[in-house]
Amino acid sequence: MNFDFTEEQQMVRDSIARFVQDDYDWDTRKAIVASDEGMNRVNWQLFAELGWLSIPFAEEHGGFGGNIVDLSVVMEELGKGLVVEPYFPTVVLFGGLIKRAGNEAQQAEWLPRIIGGEVLGAFAYVERQSRFALHDCQTTATKSGDGYVLNGEKVVVFNGEQADHLVVLARTSGEQSDQNGLSLFVVDASAAGVSKMSYPMMDGQRVANITFNDVALGADALLGEEGNALSVVDALTDEAIIALASEAVGIMGVLNTKTLEYTKTREQFGVAIGSYQALQHRMVDTMMAYEQSKSLLFKALCEYKQDPAMAAETIHALKVLIDRNGKHVFGEAIQMHGGMGMTDELDIGHYAKRLMMINTTFGDATYHRNRYIETAYAA
Amino acid sequence: MDTAYSTEDLAFRDEVRGFFDEAYTPELQQRLRSPDYKNAIEEWQRKLYDKGWIAPNWPAEYGGTGWTATQKYIYETERSLAGIPNVVPFGLVMVANVIMAYGTDEQKEYFLPRILKSEDWWCQGYSEPGSGSDLASLKTKAERDGDDFIINGAKIWTTYAQYADWIFCLVRTDNSGKKQEGITFILIDMKSEGIKVNPIISIDNHHSLNEVEFNNVRVPAKNVVGEIGKGWTVAKALLAHERTGIAGVADVKRAVRVIKEVAAKEENGGQRLMDDPGFQQRLADIEVELMALEFTELRTLATQAAGGFPGPESSLLKIKGTELQQATQELLMEIAAYYQGVLPIDLDPNALGHDFATEARRNYMYGRAATIYGGSNEVQKNIIAKYVLGLE
Repeated sequence: MNFDFTEEQQMVRDSIARFVQDDYDWDTRKAIVASDEGMNRVNWQLFAELGWLSIPFAEEHGGFGGNIVDLSVVMEELGKGLVVEPYFPTVVLFGGLIKRAGNEAQQAEWLPRIIGGEVLGAFAYVERQSRFALHDCQTTATKSGDGYVLNGEKVVVFNGEQADHLVVLARTSGEQSDQNGLSLFVVDASAAGVSKMSYPMMDGQRVANITFNDVALGADALLGEEGNALSVVDALTDEAIIALASEAVGIMGVLNTKTLEYTKTREQFGVAIGSYQALQHRMVDTMMAYEQSKSLLFKALCEYKQDPAMAAETIHALKVLIDRNGKHVFGEAIQMHGGMGMTDELDIGHYAKRLMMINTTFGDATYHRNRYIETAYAA
Repeated sequence: MDTAYSTEDLAFRDEVRGFFDEAYTPELQQRLRSPDYKNAIEEWQRKLYDKGWIAPNWPAEYGGTGWTATQKYIYETERSLAGIPNVVPFGLVMVANVIMAYGTDEQKEYFLPRILKSEDWWCQGYSEPGSGSDLASLKTKAERDGDDFIINGAKIWTTYAQYADWIFCLVRTDNSGKKQEGITFILIDMKSEGIKVNPIISIDNHHSLNEVEFNNVRVPAKNVVGEIGKGWTVAKALLAHERTGIAGVADVKRAVRVIKEVAAKEENGGQRLMDDPGFQQRLADIEVELMALEFTELRTLATQAAGGFPGPESSLLKIKGTELQQATQELLMEIAAYYQGVLPIDLDPNALGHDFATEARRNYMYGRAATIYGGSNEVQKNIIAKYVLGLE
């Protein structure tokens, strides 16, 4: 039994931490969020050069051949810097689907380009009515000749504004809420019939609602088996939740550190506010919330590394705990920073908003507690 | 980052299971819940001694098992699965660690083998009437008289003093300096003249707590552990062992299993309680925290096994562990519904309703102590704030 990171993992961690410290200070990040594209393509090329975009992909495609722990390290460090470049949508989601469901030709076509920083990708899966039920899907792909015709609308597509290619979840058969009959397609975002409405999110992401109007797809656009996409998407979701939880743990650590430092220097009534027991005990509580979140993340990592199926219940539990503890940690961080915690100028609120978005992505605490109960307490 | 079991680990697990199956008999289980508790637990501890498993956390040179962190975890998990109580901690966990770290060769040679064989029953003389969590305010006086100390004063909340052969005490040998100075750690034979044990009945209607009075009790000076006047250092080392121990993760896991079993049998309006969404949500909330705490404990174990000093993650074990203990006790108590209040009389427990209700009531009521003893959880937070977060 060990909970150590390998030397290689430590090097990746240090390299991202250095980038955040040297090239991604708060003003730089603010300028990037406010820029036209909402991301910095020079940074993206740097990520490619440093090998970060290659982490979860096999060596035969030019990848690093990393496991879930390697990915976790990257996400935790990116979280600490609130890095907005679309690592999660492109590498974890878009790349994760190609890696899981793609045939030889598709993997050979896409993975080297993701790794090289040549593709910005997105996974279009949320619909207006679907909330967290991935199978609630009205977008359709109808057979036409050798290929398909895609119709429908996806909303809040992460990285939807900048993505040049999408994986789209669409129904090839069955009714709106059937588990079967779902398929995945790789779609060129500039294809005829694809239109976007882009908008910013509170955590600095750029997303889009994307409409597909009689978009013609070749047979080679189909990713994985026709009609059986749900199991692929569920498997992707598990990995994505661990990645997001890692990011959240990074953020919680930063919030606790910043808050602790603040209470040691901020004086009220002639003394540092950190000398008040009322605040001390609450900071012990947020420290415990962080350590407990980290412990459950470690459990998920160890199980997933052995066998992803083994981690199923833990992943639901992890999403519950990250949601609750994340809100607890950022709530206290804002409260203890007082009026300053309320300002847009200070970074505290921005860390809070990223945690909020992590919480809702792929299901919040209520949703995952129910999923846990279904899985663990079935009669 | 790895917790996978090796082939050796799996073989070890089978060995532990096999031993528990054979040695932890139904007859012994029944006696452990009866007034014959003392003899029964001593018998069980001697079985563990014969197997060589009585002290997994002792260094191998003193009779420990030399297990890896993973083996310790497997052992604890299997013990909890089998519903086997932990060993009585006062000798095997608490005073033994102090003697190993600070004792003379003579003390080690005399006491450690006797502790391993459960020949002596130990109790802890720390708290005093009025001292509460402010342990250093203790007043029990030890005055030098030739080769002896003469002890006067009283200790309180002394668990199982009525069974004890020995008590380890913090006493005041000097009043002149700061209150943490002038404290001495000393071992006292409970058969000494001048010791009186007064029972305290606790809110679980049972007698496990006591007050112990010392009236001119003569104790040889060679029974001092560590230096005279340096007892506070010794005491703090012991409390660290005590705190890690009372997280009780394996036993909370056991409690969760019991809750699931009884909630699957209990019905409300024809529906299983286990299927009630409100009940399920409360149980799930406990399980989520418990899964995390188990890995917090494993992180601590792994750090200790690697020879490192446990990090901030270990500080929360006592607080979170006792909170979860109380949460499971509360849930089990509620499952018992009306029967939670039934006091045991000499009737078949089944005639009085649920057979788990009596234990549920006792555990719930006595379980209130867990957030108080070993330094109340509020004191734990003071300690973490100061030593981990650096807040003054």
